[in-house]
Amino acid sequence: MEVLILSRLQFAAATFFHFLFVPLTLGLSILVAIMQTKWYTSGDEEYKRMAKFWGKLFLINFGLGIVTGITLEFQFGTNWSRYSAYVGDIFGSLLAIEATLAFFLESTFIAVWVFGWERISPKLHLASIWLVAFASNMSAYWIISANAWMQHPVGYVVRNGRAELSDFIAVITQRFAVIEFIHTVSGAYILAGFFVMGISAYHLLKKQHVSFFSKSFRLALAFALIFSLFEVVQGHLNGAEVAATQPTKLAAMESHWKTEKYAPIYAFVIPKLSGEGNLVQILPIPGALSMLAYHTPSAEVKGLSDFKPEDRPPVFLTFAAFRTMVALGFLFVVLTIYGFVIRKKLTEHPKYLRIMLLAIPLPYIANEAGWMLAEVGRQPWLVWGLMRTSAGVSPVDPSQVAVSLIAFILFYGLLGAVAFWLMARFAKKGPAPATAAA
Amino acid sequence: MLETIWFVLWGLLWAIYFMLDGFDLGAGTLLPFIAKDEQEKRLVYKSMGPFWDGNEVWLITAGGVTFAAFPTAYAVMFSSLYSALMLVLFALIIRGVALEYRNKVEGHGWRDGWDILLFVGSAAPALLFGVAFANIFQGIPIDTEGVYRGTLFTLLNPYGLLGGLLFLCLFCYHGAVWLAIKSFGELKERAIIFAKVLWVPLLILAVAFLVASWFATNLYANYLAIPVLWIVPAIAVVGLLATRWFLEQGALWNTWFASSAVAVGATLFGVVGLFPNLLPSSLDPKASLTIYNAASSPLTLKIMLGVALIMVPVVIAYQIWVYHTFRHEVTAEELVNGEGY
Repeated sequence: MEVLILSRLQFAAATFFHFLFVPLTLGLSILVAIMQTKWYTSGDEEYKRMAKFWGKLFLINFGLGIVTGITLEFQFGTNWSRYSAYVGDIFGSLLAIEATLAFFLESTFIAVWVFGWERISPKLHLASIWLVAFASNMSAYWIISANAWMQHPVGYVVRNGRAELSDFIAVITQRFAVIEFIHTVSGAYILAGFFVMGISAYHLLKKQHVSFFSKSFRLALAFALIFSLFEVVQGHLNGAEVAATQPTKLAAMESHWKTEKYAPIYAFVIPKLSGEGNLVQILPIPGALSMLAYHTPSAEVKGLSDFKPEDRPPVFLTFAAFRTMVALGFLFVVLTIYGFVIRKKLTEHPKYLRIMLLAIPLPYIANEAGWMLAEVGRQPWLVWGLMRTSAGVSPVDPSQVAVSLIAFILFYGLLGAVAFWLMARFAKKGPAPATAAA
Repeated sequence: MLETIWFVLWGLLWAIYFMLDGFDLGAGTLLPFIAKDEQEKRLVYKSMGPFWDGNEVWLITAGGVTFAAFPTAYAVMFSSLYSALMLVLFALIIRGVALEYRNKVEGHGWRDGWDILLFVGSAAPALLFGVAFANIFQGIPIDTEGVYRGTLFTLLNPYGLLGGLLFLCLFCYHGAVWLAIKSFGELKERAIIFAKVLWVPLLILAVAFLVASWFATNLYANYLAIPVLWIVPAIAVVGLLATRWFLEQGALWNTWFASSAVAVGATLFGVVGLFPNLLPSSLDPKASLTIYNAASSPLTLKIMLGVALIMVPVVIAYQIWVYHTFRHEVTAEELVNGEGY
């Protein structure tokens, strides 16, 4: 029991920390590649300076994404050995393929990009940043198809006391994986867009490097606007997929207790921290939950009361994570549409710029909340319907896990502080002067 | 048959990992001893710059392949070596961050701090990988349930420590040769002297390890049964002698290729001796994990083999291209205003 709690906390800490860096890698790699492409095609030196400036921030972030990813792969073995032995046939192969197909490409060509400015042809150099962007996004697909398999296992048979692969294509092309991937990377692109907009806003407020940061802002705005709008529509598909595959997660997301037709969504809900039901639920929108889940207002949505307590996920966390994510998602739409309207005269709207600067952390919160919903809402299952979390943990001594957990928290806390301090420092410093960039 | 192919690939992946990351772990370990001033320290960092990240992915792949091809072995091995592996992971994190952040801020405190962390983060994995593999070679106390019946200190037995020292010394030698190739001026000359000096303990440790393996492990059984396999340790031995000879000739790349052969030969010496075991149990032979009782299903092994046969050569090809592109000595001008992490 003790090992279970400690291992869960450790994995939560390690994944949360990892995902502080991953989304920016996924999105900013593409933005930097676009900037460099603009320089390559137009010859406009400002775009080269943009690629270098944002590239520098990208690299500070990239390093931590890589090193924290390594620990995750190994933690399946150290802390979740029963799980690893049970599902390695499927889950392990996805991780191994990710490494050979994507991780090598990403790690090798990032170095080519960093060290290759003077060493290789501009064309090859441009190709290397696109390869990094492509590889990191492809890497996300493999990792997410592995996660999707835990959420909704397909293409397997239980044989020899474990889950064995029976249909590889089903595993890597299942609807759950595709939808989860699109949702995750779109969230990452929004984060990258807000990151660039926020830092640009800082300099625009100070009226420095106005042309440089107006261009950066507008590029990021276009990116963030498209994906913020897309995410709202797409998020709806995600909800429907969860309804179809994970009814307890759906019920916990909305803290929905009673099985009913025309199930409402309450505008304001406070779930009880322990026990059944909600403390407060007011302002129902009739049929909205049925609509969200099954696209028809009369559909019956099963409530948590109809599931055994041991089969329910922790309701409060799942619920709070979902609401936070959705509220922020809509806020991103509002902020980017407003930005689009005033995009030509950004410096005349200092209030908006100040909001955008302060908004930098929000997509981080939304991204983490999304994962919290996905993972906490999956409980008590480690692999949905197949293996409970409690059955997957390693038979190791709790003191070992306690020590490593404390080490993780201290160590990651320090590293995170250093990384964000460095990013802030370089972000404030601004780009190198135009003359030195050539 | 599929299991055997995967066993060979598994061993090769670890061997390539040690050959490649070995030199940058070694160079990081040597940093406080070999670099006398700020310019030389930068030179050490730059010499690893374009390579270390790609090298480390071989570790991810070796780990991933252990997971995919032999999940039960992955599960038992990694949970048994819990504390040792956590130490390796923390060390590798520190080291990666040191490589990337050290030159981001001017200031003695900042740089000196990262230099120490680079040293610790390089030396610890070098030592611990050796300890871990030596323990795998001789077997660890796991029961038939796959539960480890020992502590971190169980691993620090004489044979384990000998393995650790051998790896540490080998990587330092390998790293010194790499620094000799990539650096210039006094650092280059010093790196050559370091390599010459390090070769002596390396020889002693290698011989000691080969002898100790006779008494502490079962590794030689396969060699006695199939004599043609002696070719594998012979690669390590020939490499060890050749590298010293090339070093004397001043043929630095050949020196490095020969020490690469030592890293590959030494790893495969153990792996071939281990076959068909992946993780022998020192408590009960029935508890040993072998390629037969720990492997994935034939379907997974086949799919993975397809991926590996296509992608690994591609990876090797573009990594060779990268090594070729950045093969030159680091220049003084690059140290001042060159690109980098």
